Amino acid sequence: MQLRTVLHRRFRDESGTEFIYLANSAAILALDEPTAAVVDAFVTEDGVDSEPWLKEQAKPSASELTLNDLIDLGAIRPVDETPAPRADLPPMPFPLATLVLNVTNKCNLSCTYCYEYGEDKLFDESTAGKALMDEKTARDSIDFLMRSSGDRPQVSITFFGGETLLNFEAIKTAVLYAEEQGAQNAKRVHYSLTTNATLLTDDIVDFLTTHRFGITVSIDGDKDEQDRHRSYKSGKGSYEVMEPRIKNLIKKNKERNGRPIGARVTVTAGATPVVDTYRYLAGELGFDEVGFAPVTAGLGRDYALGEQGYERLLHEFGVLGEEYVEAAGRGESHGFSNLGDLVRELHQGVNKAHPCGAGLGLVGVSTEGEIGLCHRFVESKSHSIGTVQEGLDEKARAEFLAQAHIDKKTDCAQCFARPLCAGGCYHEAHVRYGKATAANLHYCDWIRGFIDLGLKSYGRIQATNPAFLARFDQ
Amino acid sequence: MSDSQDNPITDEPELEQEPARKQPRIIACNQKARQLATMVLARRGAARALTQDPPPTQYPYGCTTVFAPGWEVDSGNGTHGLCQPIERDLYDCYHTCYWPAQVPDGVTNAPSWTSSCGAPMQDWKSIDLVFP
Ligand code: SF4
Ligand code: SF4
Repeated sequence: MQLRTVLHRRFRDESGTEFIYLANSAAILALDEPTAAVVDAFVTEDGVDSEPWLKEQAKPSASELTLNDLIDLGAIRPVDETPAPRADLPPMPFPLATLVLNVTNKCNLSCTYCYEYGEDKLFDESTAGKALMDEKTARDSIDFLMRSSGDRPQVSITFFGGETLLNFEAIKTAVLYAEEQGAQNAKRVHYSLTTNATLLTDDIVDFLTTHRFGITVSIDGDKDEQDRHRSYKSGKGSYEVMEPRIKNLIKKNKERNGRPIGARVTVTAGATPVVDTYRYLAGELGFDEVGFAPVTAGLGRDYALGEQGYERLLHEFGVLGEEYVEAAGRGESHGFSNLGDLVRELHQGVNKAHPCGAGLGLVGVSTEGEIGLCHRFVESKSHSIGTVQEGLDEKARAEFLAQAHIDKKTDCAQCFARPLCAGGCYHEAHVRYGKATAANLHYCDWIRGFIDLGLKSYGRIQATNPAFLARFDQ
Repeated sequence: MSDSQDNPITDEPELEQEPARKQPRIIACNQKARQLATMVLARRGAARALTQDPPPTQYPYGCTTVFAPGWEVDSGNGTHGLCQPIERDLYDCYHTCYWPAQVPDGVTNAPSWTSSCGAPMQDWKSIDLVFP
């Protein structure tokens, strides 16, 4: 029988243990040396005939046992086997889990790279909706979530903007109404919000911690970094306003034993090394988690990360990764959330048919109540899938999801990163290629490099403190 | 994998070893791999049970969770000293369960065991014993 090793990634830890990540199942296996050699022997395009191969082996019976294990575990399969069909769309209408409310499309800052108001101008003044979501739309949105979330016992509402706190009224209305409706519908409701922290007052902090908000602060780093791109419209930097407010928020949240507070850093060309930014945000300011996102940008923007920028970023992620692995070895968590999320997904064996929940478990709502695939699409009229008043346009939703399925992305068919990347962010593809269902081929190297870092880190934790990984068990 | 003996993950599903080999050939590391390994082992286990090995321990459910004396033999190896008529329980088991070790089975060996008994409430006494 002609057999070959399936699409995979091999990696090893320092002690030389060999691992394999299987792209079909997202399983991770540790292999002893002879087993690894069998895996490698079958890495060919056309396959290897197993019978003569076995006869050539020093210990054919041992090799046969190993080969059978690998076949049964799906690491080596017949060349002519048609791959098992990937999961199609789940039964539609798929119940919603998360609603992202864009409570305002105004911002008190004007960050140069912002995809809404920056140079890429997805936000078009002439077609823009209302600046602020009114209270009725906020309540309609909650009703919509309650009716569209099936029998889910728990749903999430995320507030997004613009700068969310410019419309704290709508947030308050939505939360109080959701509490009431959640109780009636026997659903627990979780809240989260993204803010630039410039408008945080004691009252707001009080409200947010009382309702156990998951809070993410958009911040780029220390004063210099923050003021480089995140400025007021007058050009004045935002740092001095934010710092005391952030410290106050973190302090109060700790006192009340709130959920972890994260910093979200947008990485642009020429930014401070992420290691320094991490130290500053986690160490000085006291954030529980820090996540980094390379800026979304059309070609040619001077803040866009070029190839070198990505390489440097990956290198710096590696340095933070070291710290993460060391902390894991001691059984401690580390706030580098990019890697934390990746290690969790690797451990669970996440295997995505779609890159993210946009349009599936998650949708975004505009200030006027229009529903978009996600918060980022909300104001771009191109991917509207209904309104909170009238509900989802299930046909448009299902059509988009069918087109966005990983099996439609032929470019990704031979990529080991497929189970986790699945072609990447629709919005990024929309900006870059004008087509939300396109694969984001411009950042494959970056994604694969990052997943390699995750695999390596996973292997090392497996060797030093596998008990740490149990916290990710589902 | 030199420390695999102390390594807790070796308690997780792991494919069977050749007897002489100490360290595992393959360790299922993440959750997905463990699910796969469990499936593979279960499939192999089921196939083996039918051929040579004793079946795995199973726990009784249904009628046998209630201890109803009557179908055992008494101290003299007879059935007369028991507190319930043996036939009653035997009939229940024969009729509702396939339990060949304890009662004559109605499927292959004693299909007509109860043919003399039309209405068990009245004439259970007509059911006779079967001696293999
Ligand atoms: S977009 Fe690139 S990295 Fe992502 S799955 Fe497709 S080929 Fe792989
Ligand atoms: S499409 Fe992009 S921005 Fe929207 S939810 Fe998905 S990953 Fe996030």
